[in-house]
Amino acid sequence: MELLLILLVGIFYASGIFLMLRRSMVKLLLGLLLLGNGANILIFLTGGLTKGKPPIIDEAEKTFTSAYADPVPQALILTAIVISFALNSFAVILLKKVYATTGSDDLDSLNIQDLDI
Amino acid sequence: MITNFILAPILLHMLTAIVLLFFWRNIAAQKVISVIGNFLAFLLCLRLFWATEEFSYLIVQVGSWEAPFGIIFVSDALSSIMVVLTAIISLAVGIYSTVAINPSRIKYGYFVIFHFLVMGLLGSFLTGDIFNLYVWFEVVIISSFVLLTLGGKRLQMEGAIKYVTMNMLASIIFLTAIGILYGITGTLNMADLAVKINNVNQGLVSVTALLFFAGFGIKSAIFPLYFWLPSSYHTPPSAIAAIFGGLLTKMGIYAMLRTFTLIFQLDEFMQNVFIVIAILTMITGALGAINKRSIRRLISYLIVCHIGYLIAGIGLYTEIAIVGVIFYLMHDVIVKSNLLMITGIIQKIRETIDMTRLGGLYKDYPKLSLVIAIAMFSLIGIPPLSGFWPKIQFFGESLRSQHYILLGAFIFASFVTLYALAKMWSEVFWKESPKPLTKEIDRFARLSIYEKAALVAPVAALSLVSLSLGLNAGYFYDLSQRTAVELMNPNLYIDAVLNGNYGK
Repeated sequence: MELLLILLVGIFYASGIFLMLRRSMVKLLLGLLLLGNGANILIFLTGGLTKGKPPIIDEAEKTFTSAYADPVPQALILTAIVISFALNSFAVILLKKVYATTGSDDLDSLNIQDLDI
Repeated sequence: MITNFILAPILLHMLTAIVLLFFWRNIAAQKVISVIGNFLAFLLCLRLFWATEEFSYLIVQVGSWEAPFGIIFVSDALSSIMVVLTAIISLAVGIYSTVAINPSRIKYGYFVIFHFLVMGLLGSFLTGDIFNLYVWFEVVIISSFVLLTLGGKRLQMEGAIKYVTMNMLASIIFLTAIGILYGITGTLNMADLAVKINNVNQGLVSVTALLFFAGFGIKSAIFPLYFWLPSSYHTPPSAIAAIFGGLLTKMGIYAMLRTFTLIFQLDEFMQNVFIVIAILTMITGALGAINKRSIRRLISYLIVCHIGYLIAGIGLYTEIAIVGVIFYLMHDVIVKSNLLMITGIIQKIRETIDMTRLGGLYKDYPKLSLVIAIAMFSLIGIPPLSGFWPKIQFFGESLRSQHYILLGAFIFASFVTLYALAKMWSEVFWKESPKPLTKEIDRFARLSIYEKAALVAPVAALSLVSLSLGLNAGYFYDLSQRTAVELMNPNLYIDAVLNGNYGK
C-alpha cells in the first residue's frame, strides 16, 4: 500500500509540474489541482499508514498501549483540502475572468504590461 | 506569562471586518469603522509590544491544550516587533485608503478584505505552530488575491495570474515540507520540533530545510523566483501596493528568520546557498531597477533588491548580522510602504507615474517634496537616516567573515539604489515639467482639506517614523540586539514554551 501511494504522489507532483509549464491556462489550473492533491496524499503517507486501529482508548486503560492510527495527519489534510478548495475556486473564477478580458487562453500572450517599462 | 491578550489584535481585526460586512454599500460608514478599528488595533499592538518587553515571552495555549499537543500563540521580541510594524502600516494605509481607493472598489468590500489580510498577517507573526503558520499564510494570500484583482482591469488580471500561480505553488511547497517534517518528527509545535529534529535522519532534515527555503523564498521574492513581484505589484492601486510591498514579502522573511533560527540550524552548505542567492537577488533586482521609467515598477525592483540584504544577513548567521536583519526589516517595511503610497499621491497630482512625463513637482509642491525626500533618502541610507545603520552591520559582518563578493554585491546594490532614487528625484522633482501643471490635470488640488490630510498625513507620519528610526538609532539598535540574542539562543524560546520558564 505504501509503495502504491509513493508512486501516486510522485506521479501527481510530476504531472502537476509538467502541466503548469504548459502555455494553456486550463492546464495550469489542472496542474495546481494535481499538486495540491499530491501534497495531501504525501501528508497522509508520511503520517504513517495503520490499518484497523482507531485512536480510541479502552475503558479499562488510561493510555494507549499499542500502536494506533494517528489522527493528526487526517486533520491536517482536512484543513488543507478546505483551503485548497477555496484557493482553487478562486483560481477558476480568475482564469474565467482573464479569458473574458483578454480573449486568450495562451499564457504567453499575457505579458503586455511587462513590455512597458 | 500566559495571557489571552495576544489574541486581542487578531480578534479586533476580525471583528472590524465582520462589522464592516453589515455596512456593505455604505461607503462613509465603512471608512469610519475601518479607521476606528485600525486605531484600536494599533493601540492593542503597542500594548502587546510593551507587555512583551516586560515579560519576554507571552504565551496562550488555545483551549488549554498544553504545549506540544495544542496550538499555541507566542509573542516574543521578533513577533512583537512585526506586530507593531503591521499595526503602523495598517493604520497608515487604512487612513490613506479612505481617499486613495475609489468608491467602486470600497463598494465591493475593499475594507473588509483589508482587515482580513491584516488579521492573517498578525496571526502568522504570533503563532507558535508550523501548520497554523501555513493556515495564516493562506488567509493572507487569499485576501491578497482578492485585493490584487479588485477592479478587474486587464493589467490587474495579467499581474494576478502570475501572482496567484506562484503563491499557490509556494503554499504547496510549504505544505509538502510540513508533511515531511511531521513524518520524521511527529510534532508540529515549533519549539517541540526544534528539540526533536536533532534525533532524526539529518539528510531528510536538510531536504526539508531546502523545501522551506524554496517555499518562503517564492513568497519573499528571492532570485530565481521573484518574477511575479515586478509584474504584479504595480497593477493594483497604490494603497494596496503599499501594504503588499511593505508587509507581504517581509512575511516570508519573518518565516525564514523563525524557522532557520529555531527549527533548523544553518550549516555551512545552507549558509552558502543563502549567500549566493542573496548576491544574485541583489544584483538582478538592482539591474532591473536601472532602466525603469514607471516609478512604481522601479520601487518593485528595489523591493526585490533589498530582500537580498535580508537574505544575506540571515545567511551570514552571526548575531551582529541578525541585528542588521531586524533593524533593516523595521526600516524597509516603513520606507517601502511609504514610497508606494507616495507614488499614489504623485499619480493624483500629475495623472501619470512615468518619469519621462513627470517633472517640476518641487516647484509646485515644495513642502510635500521635502516629506517625500525624507523617505527616499532613508531608503538610500544617507547617514544619519534609518537605512544607514543596518547597512553598517551588513558591510562589517561580510568583511569580517571574508565574503568579499557579498560585500561587493552590497556596495553595488546600495550604489544602484542611490542612482535609481537620484534619477527619480531629478526626473520627478527637479526637472522642468514637460507640460505645465493645470487645474484639469491636478486632481490633488481639487480635494478638500480633509481629503488632502488623509493622503498626506500617513506619508508624513511614516516619514517621521523612519526619521526617528535613524535619529534614535541607539534605542532601535538595542531592541534589535535583544531580539537577535533571543533568536540566536533558541533554548530560551523552547524553555519558555515547553517548560513554562518565561524568564521574568
